Amino acid sequence: MSFIEVNDIWKTYGDNVVLERVKTNVHAGEFITIVGASGCGKTTFLKMLLGTEYPTRGKILLNGKPIPQEPSEDRGIVFQKYSVFPHLTALQNLVLTIELEQSRWLAHLFGSAYRLADEQAREMLAMVGLQHAANQYPHELSGGMQQRLAIAQALMKQPKVLLLDEPFGALDPGIRADMHELILKIWNQTKINVFMITHDLKEGFYLGTRLWVIDKIRHDAQAPNAYGATITYDIPVGQCDNSTLNEIDQSLEHSRKEHAA
Amino acid sequence: MDEPLLLRNGTMKRVMNIHPGTVGKVLLGMLPFILTIIVYLWASGVRLEANPNDKLMPSLTTIGAAIERLAFEPSKRTGDYELWSDTTASLQRLTLGVLIAALIGLLIGILNGAIPLVRANLSPYITILSLIPPMAILPILFIVFGLGELSKVMLIVIGITPFIMRDLQARTLELPAEQLIKAQTLGASTWQVMVRVIIPQILPRLIQAVRLSLGPAWLFLIAAEAIAAEQGLGYRIFLVRRYLSMDVILPYVVWITVLAFLADWLLRQISYRAFPWFHSQLQDKS
Ligand SMILES: Nc1ncnc2c1ncn2[C@@H]1O[C@H](COP(=O)(O)OP(=O)(O)O)[C@@H](O)[C@H]1O
Ligand SMILES: [Mg+2]
Repeated sequence: MSFIEVNDIWKTYGDNVVLERVKTNVHAGEFITIVGASGCGKTTFLKMLLGTEYPTRGKILLNGKPIPQEPSEDRGIVFQKYSVFPHLTALQNLVLTIELEQSRWLAHLFGSAYRLADEQAREMLAMVGLQHAANQYPHELSGGMQQRLAIAQALMKQPKVLLLDEPFGALDPGIRADMHELILKIWNQTKINVFMITHDLKEGFYLGTRLWVIDKIRHDAQAPNAYGATITYDIPVGQCDNSTLNEIDQSLEHSRKEHAA
Repeated sequence: MDEPLLLRNGTMKRVMNIHPGTVGKVLLGMLPFILTIIVYLWASGVRLEANPNDKLMPSLTTIGAAIERLAFEPSKRTGDYELWSDTTASLQRLTLGVLIAALIGLLIGILNGAIPLVRANLSPYITILSLIPPMAILPILFIVFGLGELSKVMLIVIGITPFIMRDLQARTLELPAEQLIKAQTLGASTWQVMVRVIIPQILPRLIQAVRLSLGPAWLFLIAAEAIAAEQGLGYRIFLVRRYLSMDVILPYVVWITVLAFLADWLLRQISYRAFPWFHSQLQDKS
């Protein structure tokens, strides 16, 4: 049985068909990168995995059961920004995850329980290279450090699925390379299921085990919203040569132009 | 001025680009106050020369004597030091009214902002309620709560709660949805999202809202005291108005202004100390 089954889902907003006939299976531990022209429905797809949007038709199954229609602990998320809590220090941002689990009403831990949580949180900070920033607030951290913190926070819950929506889109290229290293290290250690949207095709090829391209197959020049996008390429990364890369690049370029027109 | 006024080529900078230094700022800030005092003293002198019994613009000595009488001599009628008993009475009403309003405003504002079911229920009702002019229902308050402390406190509460409530609802709705979703993926329940994500981030905004409400709060306090009270800053001003006692009214007005300034300053200091992350965020934006 596949870990995630996407059974012929459609997503429409009014007359706007965003996604259509998306069918795919995902095995545990796969690292899927998703590319596609802006506005084609990548975030919408991720939101359906997250549980903040629902398919108009069709079903997504997680471990054979319909995916819960609200966010939960088994699916972690990192957005491009606003992913950490600005009123908590880096350390507190991580300790919070344990406090939420262990203290139902106060949502605060004290004494030895707190010290234990503090220790666990510091370990995670060290893992993402933020041990020196434990007492800093997010606004005192650089963009890259904030995203490290956001990833660390999501990992504290040991989710089965990690959803990343252009997590490095706002970072400088040099810092992005560091982040790639981090995310690969995490994936190698945890074999967590990663879905990562990126607008950088090279990034998609370098990072994942499987690359999806989301795009429209059918077009109607009179009614651009009449047809939705679907997964047009689904290729195992590593078994892919430069000509495929160029082909995808061109198809993306094509739909970008069409979008603009 | 700390910065040069002239550019290297000898021309003067645009006025909008000239910033006063620290000392310059203080001096420039003092100037209007000093000018006001000078103008007052001059006008008062002219009037008193024409008519030594003029009550409209008393001299500094007359005002000084009034202050001495009110602040440092027990009143013949009650035995109180009137300035202080008036101040305590007013500040008690103000503090109590503002505290109650802040609590109600926080509670309903956050519930309205965070829980769609509550918002659907309450939001239209609150919008309408907040349109009622509080002064128009002051008579009702006197009838229902009597002429004692309660009706004065209630006027402040009714006067400023709607603003605080609606402001905090808007501030809550402004919190990025990403944060609320993130908290849920970390396993937070609705209650936990409220206590760990929403309330801590709304508290500094509550202080902001309270600072903005202090002006109206003073207005309602003085209005209520003017109509029915035995003591209080507003009561005193309206009492001595009958005798044209400008020597009492003027220092009272200055004193109320000082108190209002101090209250605002205190709240700002508390906010800076307690929520450093909030104020650096604001700086980022400006
Ligand atoms: N809540 C919504 N209501 C209506 N239309 C939406 C909503 N969310 C997204 N859309 C539309 O769905 C399409 C896909 O959006 P999105 O998934 O964000 O694209 P991407 O992430 O690929 O750039 C866009 O045309 C967008 O306007
Ligand atoms: Mg997107």
